Amino acid sequence: MSVPISARTLDLAADRSPARREWVAFARRLARRRTALFGLVVVASVAVAALGAPWLSAYDPTEQDITNRLKPPGSPDASGRAHPLGTDQLGRDILARIIFGARPALMVGFAAVAISGVLGMLVGLLSGYCGGRVDDVFMRLADVQLAFPFILLAIAVIGVLGPSLPVIIVVIGVSSWVVYARVVRGAVLSLREREFVQAALALGSRDVRILLRHILPNAFTPWLVVATLDMARVIVIESALSFLGLGVQPPTPTWGGMLADGRVYISTAWWLATFPGLAILVSVLGINLFGDGLRDTLDPRLKV
Amino acid sequence: MRIYLARRLGQSLLVLLGVSFIVFFILYLTGDPALILLPPDATAEDVQKFRQAMGFNDPFIVQYGRFLVGALRGDFGQSVRHGEPAFNLVIERMPATFELSGAALVVALCLAIPAGIVSAVRRNSALDYVSTVVALLGQSMPTFWLGIMLILVFSVQFNLLPSSGRGTLEHLILPAITLGLFTTARITRLTRSGMLEVLSQDYIRTARAKGVSDPPVVWKHALKNAAIPIVTIVGIELGTLLGGSVITETIFAWPGVGRLSVQAIYNRDYPVVQAAVFLLSSTFVLVNLVVDLLYTYLDPRIRLR
Repeated sequence: MSVPISARTLDLAADRSPARREWVAFARRLARRRTALFGLVVVASVAVAALGAPWLSAYDPTEQDITNRLKPPGSPDASGRAHPLGTDQLGRDILARIIFGARPALMVGFAAVAISGVLGMLVGLLSGYCGGRVDDVFMRLADVQLAFPFILLAIAVIGVLGPSLPVIIVVIGVSSWVVYARVVRGAVLSLREREFVQAALALGSRDVRILLRHILPNAFTPWLVVATLDMARVIVIESALSFLGLGVQPPTPTWGGMLADGRVYISTAWWLATFPGLAILVSVLGINLFGDGLRDTLDPRLKV
Repeated sequence: MRIYLARRLGQSLLVLLGVSFIVFFILYLTGDPALILLPPDATAEDVQKFRQAMGFNDPFIVQYGRFLVGALRGDFGQSVRHGEPAFNLVIERMPATFELSGAALVVALCLAIPAGIVSAVRRNSALDYVSTVVALLGQSMPTFWLGIMLILVFSVQFNLLPSSGRGTLEHLILPAITLGLFTTARITRLTRSGMLEVLSQDYIRTARAKGVSDPPVVWKHALKNAAIPIVTIVGIELGTLLGGSVITETIFAWPGVGRLSVQAIYNRDYPVVQAAVFLLSSTFVLVNLVVDLLYTYLDPRIRLR
């Protein structure tokens, strides 16, 4: 009587691969965290704003309207349409500029994280697994990198090469690998001593196989958490560079550039500096919340 | 211990050598300094003579060697704009930057460590909730926006605190909070998670089972073990603070190295840029050396590596 039931259960289990079941379970656990879900919604909204900017905003972000300069939030323009967040010193609609400003922010964020993430992963794997000389060389390089005040390095390089989207992405990407390398290296160091790696070694697996099959998948989760949280940092850096006039150049609207304009008019038009800053704050907060949820879900030790 | 110290010192020197190379290389790429240093109406012959005299025609490695020897003696050349030695200009502004970074770190530590501990010990309480939300906001807020908002509220609206300059304690308040908030948020969260992790360890349970009361468990058993990542992050954060001072100093017109170097970059005053980056980096390396030595005190296992 019990035989057919267990056979059926087995069948069901064989249906889905164990890896996929893990992911489904993981997604469920993640979705149960309300803050993480909220973060995900925020990130998704920012992404939608960036992709659908031309359809979402009522105004052209670069269209000037000199008769309606520095109008407070809610003021109507000549044809009676409202500027929900007011206008800037050239009469441009602030909401439209914020929506379009999501584009450079996300573009720099994704591209720079991709560059530094891959670099850091490679360095971390090699450094942690090979140890010895290789580790020494990479970790000293990491020290040199960390010893630089990052923003000065970025300003100096961008000052020399000129501010353009690729330059900004490469500068941020190439100089942000250290966190990834350290996290991955740490994970590899402890994984290397674990039984399953020792077993694979004893069975005669080659180094490459051990690194890719046994260590990489286990070092991937801390990497992913760092990558998510680093994206938030990169977006802040991008806006800081724009704020200093070294980001993506006008007339392309950037959140940092809008803030720099707003700073000039701080005593007369508070809305100029307030709203772009809120846009940065909300996006970065969303990414941070999502990243935290990811980390907490992936690290069951903290769940108690 | 002495061997460890020697090795660690050697590493620090190596790092500084790397820093000096990158500083030199980046500015080597900037193109012809002769065109910046000479008046625009100089003839081609003048330019050639000047290059020869300044050694700009020498091979890269010779120029780097000369730069390095100069740097060791504190000679980075004359500032193009101010006509003073670049080294002096930077050193004069160092105290202002240290003052600001130090104040920011003090703000951060005084707020963050108690907040983190309380959060961990009274987990899921209202206090934990408030400190977590504040830390999250602090970590997500761009420094320059916070600075502008503080100016908007405290200087423009209520006229309570000055928005620029240095001198009195009042001048220090807004910049220190601006610069310190991110670090506060980071250390709060790190302290909280570090304490939570340590508090769930077996030896804590053992200590509790033995009848050790709550405060010593938290302070003696848990905090000392949770302190290792905190001490490390303080070292790294000091780098963030020194670097972050660039933006904070720009917003509040604080007369420090950060503002000097941003102006120098805009003015193409390269000797000053080199001196500033090199000296800021050296400070950071020194701080991290001290942090690493502290580390071995907290966790003797590290020395044996």
